[in-house]
Amino acid sequence: MEKASFPHRHILGMAELGRAEIELILETAASMKEILSRPIKKVPTLRGKTIVHLFFEPSTRTRISFEMAAKRLSADTVSVTASASSVVKGETLIDTAKNLEAMAPDIIVLRHPFSGAAHLLTRHVRASVINAGDGTHEHPTQALLDLLTIREEKGNIKGLKVAIVGDITHSRVAHSNILALSKLGAEVWVSGPATMIPPGIERLGARVTYKIEEALAGADVIMALRIQKERQGRDLIPSLREYARVFGLTPERVSLAAKDCIIMHPGPMNRGVEISPEVADGPYSVILDQVTNGVAVRMAILYLLLGGSREAVA
Amino acid sequence: MRLLLKGGRIIDPSVALDMEGDLLIEEGQIRAIDREIPADEGLEVIDCRQKVILPGLIDIHVHLREPGEEYKETIETGTLAAVAGGFTAVCTMPNTKPPNDCAAVTKFIRDRAREQGHCRVYPVAAITVGQRGKRLTEFADLKEAGAVALSDDGHPVADAFLMRLALEYSRNFNLPIISHAEELALSAGGQMNEGALSTLLGLKGIPKAAEEVAIFRDISLAALTGAPIHIAHVSTKGACEIIRRAKEAGVPVTAETAPHYFSLTEEAVAGYNTLAKVNPPLRTEEDREAIIEALAEGVIDVIATDHAPHSVLEKEVEFAQAACGLIGLETALPLTLRLVRRGIINWLRMAELLSLNPARILSLPGGQLRPGSPADITVIDPELSWRVTPEGLKSRSKNSPFLGWEMKGAAILTLVRGRVAFKR
Ligand SMILES: [Zn+2]
Repeated sequence: MEKASFPHRHILGMAELGRAEIELILETAASMKEILSRPIKKVPTLRGKTIVHLFFEPSTRTRISFEMAAKRLSADTVSVTASASSVVKGETLIDTAKNLEAMAPDIIVLRHPFSGAAHLLTRHVRASVINAGDGTHEHPTQALLDLLTIREEKGNIKGLKVAIVGDITHSRVAHSNILALSKLGAEVWVSGPATMIPPGIERLGARVTYKIEEALAGADVIMALRIQKERQGRDLIPSLREYARVFGLTPERVSLAAKDCIIMHPGPMNRGVEISPEVADGPYSVILDQVTNGVAVRMAILYLLLGGSREAVA
Repeated sequence: MRLLLKGGRIIDPSVALDMEGDLLIEEGQIRAIDREIPADEGLEVIDCRQKVILPGLIDIHVHLREPGEEYKETIETGTLAAVAGGFTAVCTMPNTKPPNDCAAVTKFIRDRAREQGHCRVYPVAAITVGQRGKRLTEFADLKEAGAVALSDDGHPVADAFLMRLALEYSRNFNLPIISHAEELALSAGGQMNEGALSTLLGLKGIPKAAEEVAIFRDISLAALTGAPIHIAHVSTKGACEIIRRAKEAGVPVTAETAPHYFSLTEEAVAGYNTLAKVNPPLRTEEDREAIIEALAEGVIDVIATDHAPHSVLEKEVEFAQAACGLIGLETALPLTLRLVRRGIINWLRMAELLSLNPARILSLPGGQLRPGSPADITVIDPELSWRVTPEGLKSRSKNSPFLGWEMKGAAILTLVRGRVAFKR
């Protein structure tokens, strides 16, 4: 039995993952995907393991993807949704975690509105922690499923030009993707309204341009991000109409990209704002492949964190 | 009680005195300073060889949390931490519960300090009622009750006109205004210094401009009104520049910084370390170096701790939920001594920053060692090595980003009015 050698106990962010570990996750995900194509999409690999999905922020898509991944590997799952709005001095997170400890979970998957919540959780539980999105910090499994999707379409990531467009400041998906893609040798460009481009984003590995056309020119991959006009009670852009007109991914703008470019979006989309319906549902869109790959990547991570054997998957 | 401090290095910045000698204390006052004072009968002699004798340190920016949040700190525990850190006097900020915005609260603090305090406690009262920034407090009443300065620390006065009124009115009572400089529209929701690290951590940043814009406004108002303004906890290079230029232009401005701003950078926040969450936030290496330079050159006049105790309830939570502030009374001295050891400031300048200037700016007794002045004295062992641990700290709260640090130098004897308030 060959043990997968995954050196981390938690998946907190792409910042903590090295290149080799990312490659290992992607390779494992590729073999998980094979399971998903079988008539009976279930293996006994994680039988007897308990995985808790602890969601302080509603996200049906991410939660279902994680749950499905756990079920495909025969793990027992518990779903806990809590409201962070009723959090008094943050006691809820730690208290909930301590109560969950009594169930002796092997993995806790945490979605939380505050950056660093997953880090905090690791100090209070014995279980492995997977960050399923924390504040505006990171969403590593989304970045990993994006990497898998890009690799399937393009064969390789090194040397690709990737344009990420939209609200970079508030997008944990963007942050994780910039870190991951630049680690794997892609050239990452970000663009959007200057009010949505955070300071120091270059240090994460991105190149900034305020001309969206420059970001899109010759791009192999275009990632559109969801736009919310209002953040923290203030409008960061004058109107969604203006956003769509100046920054929206229209067929004309997409035509600036490489001929075989792919269009990605972490969902849920505002059709007609950051992405026009023709582009969202057009031939270049791989948005639905992203969803499928989400399950495979999450299976891979669960499997690697619990130190499963390779043969169990075969 | 009669005390003879024998054979120490005596520092008095008020007359640029730096000499080896003896210091005699009688009836709570300094009686004599000389190369050699004979020890007659009935005199308690304390060997001060290899030790440094300073005018008692004065911290003009602390939060003692009483009344209202005694689980974090009380006047008793806070002043115990103060004397253990070498401070003989502290000025306590008004953001208590209720806030110190009327004579009754000021008087309560004075009374409590007299009964339970280990050092002198001077209340700083609020500029506006409830620190709400709407209406001025009764400056005359507050002054009579014992307030030594006015500040809405933690809740900057957003209304520039009201700040102008406060500065004008303060002239009638010789009550300096202390500015917590923060432009709230720029800092709103901020958790740490704005920059690449805040982006990486996904924490909303506070730009340096939030501090600098506010300092610029308050300096302009000081120039307009002629009233002195004291800028609290300076943290940026730009702020040092603005203050430098204002001083050159003759505006009556003074400024303080805190040891964490010249000892740490924003990197201390990495890993979501809430112990390093403070307002204004820890900045960059460039700012840290500029602050050190400003301390050496006289642009910044005072080192104050902004001692802000918080219990584990406020700190062991998500970063965004955590309270701002760290305790500083017991680490200020060794952190400042690092600057002395590196030759950036000398002992005289250190005594100026920690004692003479605080006394002068707020017209407090102390800051000097002269025959006839009150025997508020700090004796330091500059070579004493110690480690910062929660158990070793006297403060009721343990929220220090310096936990685990190896420190060099500590107060070994703190005298308040000639009485031993702390001895190591
Ligand atoms: Zn303040």
